[in-house]
Amino acid sequence: MSLKIHVRTTVNGEETEFLCEGRQSLLEALRDILGLTGTKEGCNDGNCGACTINLDGRIVDSCLVLAAEAEGKTILTIEGVASIDGLHPLQQSFLEQAALQCGICTPGFIVAAKALLEQEPDADEHRIRHWLAGNLCRCTGYDKIIRAVLDAGAVVRGAK
Amino acid sequence: MAEKGSRAKALAGGTDVLVQLRAKRYLIDRLVDIKKIPEMNELTCTEQAGLVLGAAVPCCLIYENQDVSRLYPGLIDSAFLIGGIQIQGRASIGGNLCNAAPSADAIPTLIALEATCNIVGPKGKRTIAVEDFCTGPGQNVLKDGELLVSIHLPPPKRNSGAHYLRFIPRNEMDIAVAGVGASVVLSNGKIESARLALASVAPTPVFATKAAATLVGKEANEEAVLEAAEEAKKAAKPISDMRGTIEQRIHLVGVLTKRALNKAIARAKGAE
Ligand SMILES: Cc1cc2nc3c(=O)[nH]c(=O)nc-3n(C[C@H](O)[C@H](O)[C@H](O)COP(=O)(O)OP(=O)(O)OC[C@H]3O[C@@H](n4cnc5c(N)ncnc54)[C@H](O)[C@@H]3O)c2cc1C
Ligand code: FES
Ligand code: FES
Repeated sequence: MSLKIHVRTTVNGEETEFLCEGRQSLLEALRDILGLTGTKEGCNDGNCGACTINLDGRIVDSCLVLAAEAEGKTILTIEGVASIDGLHPLQQSFLEQAALQCGICTPGFIVAAKALLEQEPDADEHRIRHWLAGNLCRCTGYDKIIRAVLDAGAVVRGAK
Repeated sequence: MAEKGSRAKALAGGTDVLVQLRAKRYLIDRLVDIKKIPEMNELTCTEQAGLVLGAAVPCCLIYENQDVSRLYPGLIDSAFLIGGIQIQGRASIGGNLCNAAPSADAIPTLIALEATCNIVGPKGKRTIAVEDFCTGPGQNVLKDGELLVSIHLPPPKRNSGAHYLRFIPRNEMDIAVAGVGASVVLSNGKIESARLALASVAPTPVFATKAAATLVGKEANEEAVLEAAEEAKKAAKPISDMRGTIEQRIHLVGVLTKRALNKAIARAKGAE
């Protein structure tokens, strides 16, 4: 049982290897083994979305994925959202709209919203609220977050 | 898995089992990722053969599938209700069934749609109806070493429709205080057959056969629906807990049965 598992995976565009224990979550592996502490732990049971990452094109709560399940998969975390050209439109609009206070929920919101805008840059408020229902925020009251995503959507589709 | 007996568990989407392991609800030595077994990922849907739904297929692949959406909108209702988008990317209908929570949102729908379970174990294969699968809260008929491989939904009958809905205090992401799945088959405006199942009102999902039987042969109208809703309330044997009282749950079963039937009837008549 204590034998470590060797995992090969692609994280933010880079091929990565790590050794983990069978019981470890992908969230723990990202933070504690790979040092990618941008992904946050809130509840550790799938309710808050702070640990949201993109796994093979789908957003998931990394606290509910085993690290060993990442074998052969492609992962995007908040660290991979900005490019060398600068911040992603979502990151820019979160700053402009002051859509964060303590910031614990922010990486999860941005990774989740990014996946939505990639398939539906014209998502309306209703759709955005539904899509982000798995992300909780204790500080902002959500309105600023929704506005930031709407704004970023406009930028992504070139309307702003 | 057979070797470890009850010390081994299957891992599908992990949205129940990893939470329960972390809460130390039980101790195990082995978690087997069944997503690596090809049959568990099957999703074949045709008008002739119905739906073969591999036990590990996540909700998102179900509601993104055009054929399933067209032929089984009732199943889509459930797949779309389970958790948020992050959960739907992982959570399977098979896991929802095996976890056997009284509140599980997919089980009443499966019962209403006459689904059967394909089970494989050390002693071979067997098939059982979904309504016979759950035996108590978190308990099912699987023996040590047995796995649910897939769920089969028979082809939708002509002029049939189904719907599942639940009551929760929030808009999304919550556990059903009560839920109702309904299906009907119409013939010349009359109800030829119907099936009803209830969530969160007993130790297991309830197959409300008596309530459904009141509908057979009747015109598909308000009166028939109300009678069935009254009868469904009698099938509910809920408890009071932090999410709802006995009285509230029984009342909800009446309201939800009415709505589920009305929508199932509308769908059977060709409306979305
Ligand atoms: C935040 C959150 C929100 C949720 N919201 C809802 C909701 O709204 N409605 C709802 O009904 N549920 C909800 N759930 C519960 C859960 O997501 C569902 O029950 C889900 O369908 C379970 O599927 P899974 O693939 O993740 O199962 P897993 O956790 O992988 O497995 C569940 C159980 O079934 C066993 N198992 C799985 N597959 C098999 C198999 N093929 N053969 C034998 N045994 C098997 C496992 O060993 C385990 O005991 C929620 C959970 C979370 C964390
Ligand atoms: S930490 Fe994963 S959902 Fe809260
Ligand atoms: S900013 Fe604090 S939880 Fe969202």
